[in-house]
Order: sequence, then structure tokens, then C-alpha cells
Amino acid sequence: MRVEVRDIQKHFGLVKANDGISLTFEGGKIYGLLGENGAGKSTLMKILSGYQPPDSGEILLDGRTAEFSSPATALSDGVGMLYQDPLDMPPFRVIDNYLLGHDSKVRLSYKSAAAELKEIMARYDFAVDVNAYIDTLTMGERQQLELVRLLAGGARLLILDEPTTGISAEQQERLFESMRRLAYKEGKTLILVSHKLDEIQELCDYAFILRRGKLVGETEVPCPNETLVEMMFGQVPAQSERPPFELGQPQLEIKNITVGDYRLSASNINLSVQAGEVFGFAGLEGSGQRRVIQACAGLIHPSDGRIKLAGEDVTGWSYHKMQQAGMAYLAAGRLEGGLVAGLSLTEHLALTQPEQSFLVDWDGVRHEMDQRIKHYQIVGRPDSTADELSGGNQQRLLFALLNSPLKLLLLEHPTRGLDVRSTNYTWDLLYQRREEGTAIIFMSADLDEIIERSDRIAVFSAGKMSRIVAARDTSVDELGHLIGGQS
Amino acid sequence: MSRFQSMTGQRLLQWIWPIVPVLGALLFTTGLLLIFDTSPLVAFEAMFQGALGDSAKRLSMLAFWIPLLLASLGLLVTFRAGLWNIGIEGQIILGAVGASWIALKVTAPSPILIALELLVAMAAGALWAGLAGILKTRGRVHEIFGGLALNNIAIIFTNYLISGPWQPPEGGTFRGTEPFQDAALLPLFGESRFAPLSLILAIIAFAIIVITLRGTFWGLKLKALGKNSYSAYLLGISSEREIILAMMFCGALAGLGGAVRVLSWFDSLRQGIAGGIGFMALLVVMLANYNMFLVPFIALFFAAVLSGSITLQLRTQLHSSLGGILTGVMVLFVLLFGDAGKLGIGRKKSDHHGAPEVEGRAIDPFSRDIPEGE
Repeated sequence: MRVEVRDIQKHFGLVKANDGISLTFEGGKIYGLLGENGAGKSTLMKILSGYQPPDSGEILLDGRTAEFSSPATALSDGVGMLYQDPLDMPPFRVIDNYLLGHDSKVRLSYKSAAAELKEIMARYDFAVDVNAYIDTLTMGERQQLELVRLLAGGARLLILDEPTTGISAEQQERLFESMRRLAYKEGKTLILVSHKLDEIQELCDYAFILRRGKLVGETEVPCPNETLVEMMFGQVPAQSERPPFELGQPQLEIKNITVGDYRLSASNINLSVQAGEVFGFAGLEGSGQRRVIQACAGLIHPSDGRIKLAGEDVTGWSYHKMQQAGMAYLAAGRLEGGLVAGLSLTEHLALTQPEQSFLVDWDGVRHEMDQRIKHYQIVGRPDSTADELSGGNQQRLLFALLNSPLKLLLLEHPTRGLDVRSTNYTWDLLYQRREEGTAIIFMSADLDEIIERSDRIAVFSAGKMSRIVAARDTSVDELGHLIGGQS
Repeated sequence: MSRFQSMTGQRLLQWIWPIVPVLGALLFTTGLLLIFDTSPLVAFEAMFQGALGDSAKRLSMLAFWIPLLLASLGLLVTFRAGLWNIGIEGQIILGAVGASWIALKVTAPSPILIALELLVAMAAGALWAGLAGILKTRGRVHEIFGGLALNNIAIIFTNYLISGPWQPPEGGTFRGTEPFQDAALLPLFGESRFAPLSLILAIIAFAIIVITLRGTFWGLKLKALGKNSYSAYLLGISSEREIILAMMFCGALAGLGGAVRVLSWFDSLRQGIAGGIGFMALLVVMLANYNMFLVPFIALFFAAVLSGSITLQLRTQLHSSLGGILTGVMVLFVLLFGDAGKLGIGRKKSDHHGAPEVEGRAIDPFSRDIPEGE
């Protein structure tokens, strides 16, 4: 299918997310859509897939104007989008979920649906048990399921938004294989939205680069990485440097804790993190690392063992008490856990002030927020609401709201979904925190990041923590083995 | 038609949207009148006369307005925190009971007696609301269900008092206690049931609400809590404490409203003392779209419609519940169409409202018509 978007405009408040973008996608090819955070990639693809309407501009499918009122109508015209978070129903079985999105008859036909599912899965070499419950599946399997749903729904244009986040290397290989098959054997049009250059180089035939809501370049790929980076950023961003740092006293000591519930429990965790140390947790999602982080935050309590913060026994302390003791925790979902949609930046700052008087000094807080906006380079204004900011700016806001000094900073996926520039900036901020003796623990799905940024690393596999390795002595290969449970 | 033109059409539609439910409700009621063979003009004229026809009627409307306003102001606080304080009806009743207790049992100079009555009424309302709050935070009972249960208990408790310990000496009529001592009653304006003191209290309450919700840390915490309780928790807000305090704040104002009911509208504790004012207050706040500056006017409008419908019954053969139908339908239309987004106009991305609000809408406890006035 030949797909054209013409002069798409979309504004959110004062922000021009899409500022007159025109693109053409031919059938039988894989396109890459590149851009840093907030460049307008997601907005454009959501418009193309019927999730939101443009302010102006039009979409042409094989030369005919199309107008979508919802993702469902877009799919019936052959446009399907695979979102970063799969749109499935976790408590359902695979087959129920499939029927839910598919069968509009009164009586459900499990038999024919199962046959259909299996037939499509076999074609793309996917292997998911149709009777399994979705919440037992991995992210990669859920993604395969979504793809199957879209294909069964008649998608001829497939949009994949950052599909390799949170899936294993093997699943990624399989995904790419099926994408190639869809494009080259079946003549479908594929669009890969990503900011990972390697992926684009490996998979795509052609790339469009967006910057600040505009199309700034297009090129055949593979091509030199520098070409792409230059178009994305205007200039090549400098890699942030990791300043050497003298570690201090142990800030956090974990002695033999067991934490979790019947589904997943991390047991016999022993760990000591020093002031100024950056400690990385690696492992597949759901291997116990988040439980340990949340236990350190006081959000869940260990059933066994002790936790000490700066020498003081804090086992069983509540989250708020831990906060007052100098702990900060930044959850993975920024708008779900940390920021409040609909509240302005100023209001956020007011809420996090350690000393709270009866009345809010709105002028003072707004002024302070203005300062922090400049200091943390947030694209936004004191009266913008948190949900109006892009992902990278939401992360900056969270950092801007942190109090000083901190003894312990816990982070889940601090740079997930951020582009190179924002990632570097985030780490610069974190390294600054070391100066005041903050111990930092972070979890990430990106092994390169963990090796590059940590002092020491622990790997989690099915609730067990590996031996602790020094970042400078390890390799992706070694970590990969540890993730697989080999020591 | 180009996309652009259709978008400006939607802008216009969005702009005039707030008027739609009001017009819709008027049309619906007009239709209802026509079905019952009554001239809508006559009916609406009767209602208007009934509410504003002469100064006695205007004062009566004001007297009805004040408890409704007090309860509505209280609800602004709980709605801000994302709470559905359905138990407000019971909180009004408990306030009335508290005031009656002092009025019946204490002898003191009038100013002291009245101050005591009002304080005890506020404490009793706050206590009843705090109970719903604790049931929510400790017992995981949703405030809608806890509130409904407490409403019933409050009604039964009043009936017990009237027919038991506080029964008038001449024998149980099961309608009310004996009239309070004169010193216990709020000074009334002329021959009416309107007490100027209650208006002063309502104005003070309004000022406190404006300052609390716009200027204080506590108000800001409630706002964060109402929009996203988990994020608010992570930002350092103790949800349990603030939920209970918000409920108690609202309960105190509702209790004050209950005191005004027994000490000026009536002169004794009666059955059905709250008269559905609490439920009506929920509708007032929703029709005002949670805007504190609209609340006094919407409450006044409700008071006018409801006192007008009594005259309506006298003049035409229609039941006075027509006023209730008019206001009820209006709120229903607001809930249905008030949020233009629901009809797909200007579809927005995420709907990150506070969970209780979303839950409340899903359960929609207001799809039934409002309980009638007395």
C-alpha cells in the first residue's frame, strides 16, 4: 500500500508537535522514522493510525483521502500500529484477547479463532500458547500477539513504535525476521519508529528524520551513522564524560533480605553501596530487581533481613519516613508514578518543598521554578502542566524536583525512551549528585548503559542476585550469561 | 469539505457546549408538561412566581439556599481530593442531631447556646464524615458505599431519638421533638425562616473554601491526591491523613448546614431533617463543574426551582417534584454531554483523572432522580 501524509499540522497548546510534515511510504519497503525525543515522531504516527486527528493536513491511502475517527477505523482501512505498551488485556487468555478485538458476533467461536491464530503465528514463526494468560507472557510475546491481531485485522501498513524496548535479543531477531518477511515477501509497508541508530541501519531501506516537528532529512540506509546523528541533532552531541570519583562510606547496606510475594520473591540479597557509588541492576524485566529497589525505598517491606541507611537501621520504615531520611525514588512510569497530570510545574515544586507553611507562597515558588527550568533546561513554563511536557522534559522535571542533599537515589529505567542528548544530560545530573555523597542504584534494560555508567553491577535472574561484578572488568557477554542464570 | 473547516465547526460547538444541557433539560421538561396537558408558560411562570414572587418567597428561598450552599462548599473539598462524599446527607443529619442535643439539654444565654450548638453540629458532622474516611482508608470500603450505609444509620438514629429519648412529653407522634427553647433558635429576619447569621456563616465558609483550595498547601495536596493518588504518594503526600481530613472538613460544613436547618428552617429535630439537601448539593457541584465561584449561583438556582415548584403544585395540578425533575435532568444532561470530549469532539489523549472520579462516573450513583424535598 502506498501511503502519503500531506502537510500534517498538530499543536498541543503552544507546542507545534507536527509542523507541516509531508511523507510518502511505498509498499514492500521498511522505513525508519528517526528523531530525538519530542521531535514529533509519535504524534505523527498516532495521527496516521487514527489515535488522534490532525489540526490540518490529509492522509492518502493508495491515492484516496482517508479520515480515521479511531484506531479501529484506521485498521479497517489497513493501517495498524504496534504501540510501545501493548494494548492487550493482561488478565485475559491469549485467545480471549484475540476474540475481544476481533469477533463481533454474539457467539464466540473459540475453535476457528484458535485455528486462525495458530495459522498466522506459524507463518511468522511466532510461538505463543493460545491458552496462556497474557500476564504470564513476556513483553516480546505480547508484542507478537499484537502483531498477529493487526495482521488478522487486515493491516497493510504496519507502524512499530520503539518495538525493541524491553524484549530479548532473540525476540528482537525474530521480530526483525518477520518484519522483513512482511515487507519483502508480502509487499506490506512497514514503518519503524526508533531513536536507536543500529536498528534503523540494520533493518530499514530508507529513513526519514524529524526534528522539532519538521522533516529535516531523508536518506537511503545503511549510511554512515554520523549522517543520521547530524540530521537528528543538528550537530553531533558530545558523549558525557564520567568524572573519576573517590567513593565514601557505605550509605546503603542490605543484609540478607527476602522481598516479594508468591509470584516472585527475591531472596538472600546482600549488598553494600558506598557514598558516591553508582550501582547498576541488570536483568530481564520481572527478575526481582524492582522489588529490591522498592524495598530500599520503603514501598514494600522485606519479610526477612535488615536494611541500613547511613548506618541507621531503616528496616520497615515507611516510604515517607525514608524520604525524610534522604532517600529519593524515581519510578519507571513518569506520569503514573512521580508526576501528576494536570498539575503545573509550579504546583509540583510547591508540593516537594521540605518546609511547608500554611499558605503557599505562589510568587516565590513560581520564581524558584523559573530558576530550575533554566538550570535543568526544561522546555516548558512554570504554568505548563506536567503532561504537556515531552518524556525527556518530564524526566528533567523529576530531577528538578529532587531535594538536596540525598543519601540514596533509586531509579527505575532513568533513561528509558530518552534520546542520546537527554540520556547524557540525565547522567551528568546523576554524576553531580555523587559530589554530595549520594549513593545511586539504577535498573536498566540497556546492558551497554549499565556497563558504561555503573561502578559495580549486580544481575538478577528469576529472583536470584548474581555475584557483584565491577563494571570495568565485565562485558555485555558476561552479563548476558548472568541474566540467563549462568554464573 | 476540508479538515480545516470541520475543525472550526468543532471549536464553535465546544464553545457553546455548556448551554446545551440547560436547554436540553428545559426542552425535556417542556415536553413533559405538554404530555400532562399543562401550558409550559403557565407552569414556568408559576415556578418563577413561587420562588421570587414576593419578599416572603424570596426570603424562604434564601433560607433554603444556605444549608444547600454550605453542603455544596464542603463537597468542593472532597471532590478536589477525588472523593465521592455521598455520605453528606448523613453528615447533615448528624449536624442537626448535634445542634438539637445542645438545644434540648443545655440552658445558657442565647449567644453562648447558639455558638455551642453550631460547634457541636460541626463536630458531629465531621465525626460522621471522618468515619466514612476511616472506613475507606483502613477498611477499604469505598466512600460511596460507606457513606450510603452511614446515611441510613443516621436516619434510623434520628427516628430513634424522636420516638425514644427525645420524644415530646405529650406523646410520640413520630414526627419530631418538641420545639426548642427560644434562646436556642437563630434570630430570624422578620416573619421569615431566614436567619441573617446563617448568611454570614455561609459567606465566611465560602471565603475559607476559596483560600483553602487556592492558597494553602493542604488544598494543593488534595488536588494532587484527586488527580493521581499514587504519584501524590510518591511526592510525599500521606493519602490517609488527607483523605480523612478532607472528609471531616466537608462533614463540618454539612453539619453546620444541618444546624441551620433545625435552628431556623425548623424549630425542632424532625424526621427527614436533611430533606435530600446533601444529594442536591452533589448535583449543584457537578452542575457547577466543580467551579467554586459558580457554586453559590447554581445552589441559588436550585433553591429557586425547588421553592418555585411548591407554588407550581398549588396553581396547577402538577406535583411539586417537577422542580426536582428539572434540576435532576439538567445534571444528567451535564454528565452526559457536559464533557464535550465524550462525544468525540476534540478527542484528547489520556484521561488521567483521579481514579475515584472515574470510578464514580462508572458507577454513576446519580442516574436515579434526586430524592424529593420535604
